[in-house]
Amino acid sequence: MSILRRVTRASLAALTLPAALLALWWILTADSESYYLPPLSDILAAVDDVWLRSGRLSADVLPSLLRLLGGFLLAVALGVTLGIAIGSSRRLRAFCEPVLEFLRAIPPPVLVPVLMLFAGIGDTMKVLVIVSGCVWPILLNTVEGVRAVDEVLVETARCYGLRGPSRLWHLVVRSASPQIVTGLRQGLSIGIILMVISEMFAASNGLGFSIIQFQRTFAVTEMWTGILLLGLLGFLLAMLMRLFERRALNWYFGLRQAQRGGSR
Amino acid sequence: MTSPSTLAAPTRRSRAGRLAGGNALLGVLGFATFLALLEAVPRAGLVSPDYLPPLSRVGGALADLAGEAAFWTALGDTVRGWFLGLAIAVALGVTVGFVIGTVPVLREFTASTIEFLRPIPSVALIPLAVLVFGTELRSVLLLVVYASFWQVLVQVLYGVRDVDPVASETARTFGLSRWARVRHVTWPTALPYVLTGVRLAAAVALILAITAELVIGAPGLGNEIGIAQSGGAVARMYALVVVTGLLGVAVNVLARRLERWLLSWHPSLRREVVS
Repeated sequence: MSILRRVTRASLAALTLPAALLALWWILTADSESYYLPPLSDILAAVDDVWLRSGRLSADVLPSLLRLLGGFLLAVALGVTLGIAIGSSRRLRAFCEPVLEFLRAIPPPVLVPVLMLFAGIGDTMKVLVIVSGCVWPILLNTVEGVRAVDEVLVETARCYGLRGPSRLWHLVVRSASPQIVTGLRQGLSIGIILMVISEMFAASNGLGFSIIQFQRTFAVTEMWTGILLLGLLGFLLAMLMRLFERRALNWYFGLRQAQRGGSR
Repeated sequence: MTSPSTLAAPTRRSRAGRLAGGNALLGVLGFATFLALLEAVPRAGLVSPDYLPPLSRVGGALADLAGEAAFWTALGDTVRGWFLGLAIAVALGVTVGFVIGTVPVLREFTASTIEFLRPIPSVALIPLAVLVFGTELRSVLLLVVYASFWQVLVQVLYGVRDVDPVASETARTFGLSRWARVRHVTWPTALPYVLTGVRLAAAVALILAITAELVIGAPGLGNEIGIAQSGGAVARMYALVVVTGLLGVAVNVLARRLERWLLSWHPSLRREVVS
């Protein structure tokens, strides 16, 4: 009984405000004459036409997602590898730190025009832009994580003769994984921004390209559907990331809970 | 008798000092290597100098920029958009965060909405900003405020939740009013989190300010980069990119300074100074 009530309360808490906001949006715009703010009912009705039936889902959304995936995975490979190398050596870290501080401080979107010089406006440019933005949070968080590996664990691993790849995997990567995952989460949200910007700046297809095209042709209702789709995409990717985090760091959350000794 | 600790302390400190000195030297060496590579790689023809001009030419363009009034105006526009947006976002984030954070019912009923709105990429708002505000400052502000608001809000919510229940109960027992409890118990607990939020938001705000200028064409450094790129002024474009990088470093340093200054009383910083 009390479980049922708790579940009801939780779902009530989760759904009330979103429902109220949507209802408010629906009612306030119901007979809106404003050019910029078409009725929500019109926007939702247009989704089917604009994205599903026209084939835009496979022609624009899919390429965008593939570029994001490619860029993100490359950034992960690069960031984690370099991060482990830099984090493991005090000298290398001191050597690289000022340069990394500077490179990371460059706002990634300004690299769009720079990379356009090298790679034109094709897929390569967009993937490179995404890599060049995602890699910094991943790299720097990995460095921090590797640096903070527990001394006792390091000594223990040495005593047990753990070395080479298995030391790297079971000791270094494992210890640094909470920070690495934080880096992945930050990198992903920058990646989405860069995916959209690179397409808005110069492209012939993609989600960002479609949205800016609707805006330029003053197709405001279609533009709104694009904005909603992009928002939904951002939310879904963040959910996926959290799911991954739960799975990958299950041991860590358990450990932390145990250390707190049931104080929570 | 001289205790061993007083003897050991100076040696340890000098060793730490030597380490720090060595690190700084390595850092300078690293940066010099980086600069030398930027000069040598295009000169050796590994990358076409049309795409990556040697450092000396970028330096020349940088010197040219410094003599232009238009450049300083653009820099001023960018800094203004960044600062105003950040200030609005921090004020909103802290206010909303404290209100939601201190009222459990509000926190419970807004959690799902915050979780949904936060990951929405602010660049999704670009077309809307263009249609409604054009290339004005308000376009830039819309993007900057939306992106940085969530950074601050989420940190404030963490901070308010972190309040020690014993301290809170004690304050209540001593008859502190609701306002006084917020001022003397919640605020000092949340301040480190607020400042972390401000630091994160400051970096995000700069990214979004320059993005808005680049994509929308609002006046500022981003717009100048776009103009230089389409005009084929490659060295000038790199010089502007370097300026945005320096601006980014300045923002990070400033945010960390602010944190140190406002949190000088906080145990985490005092421990750092002592050891």
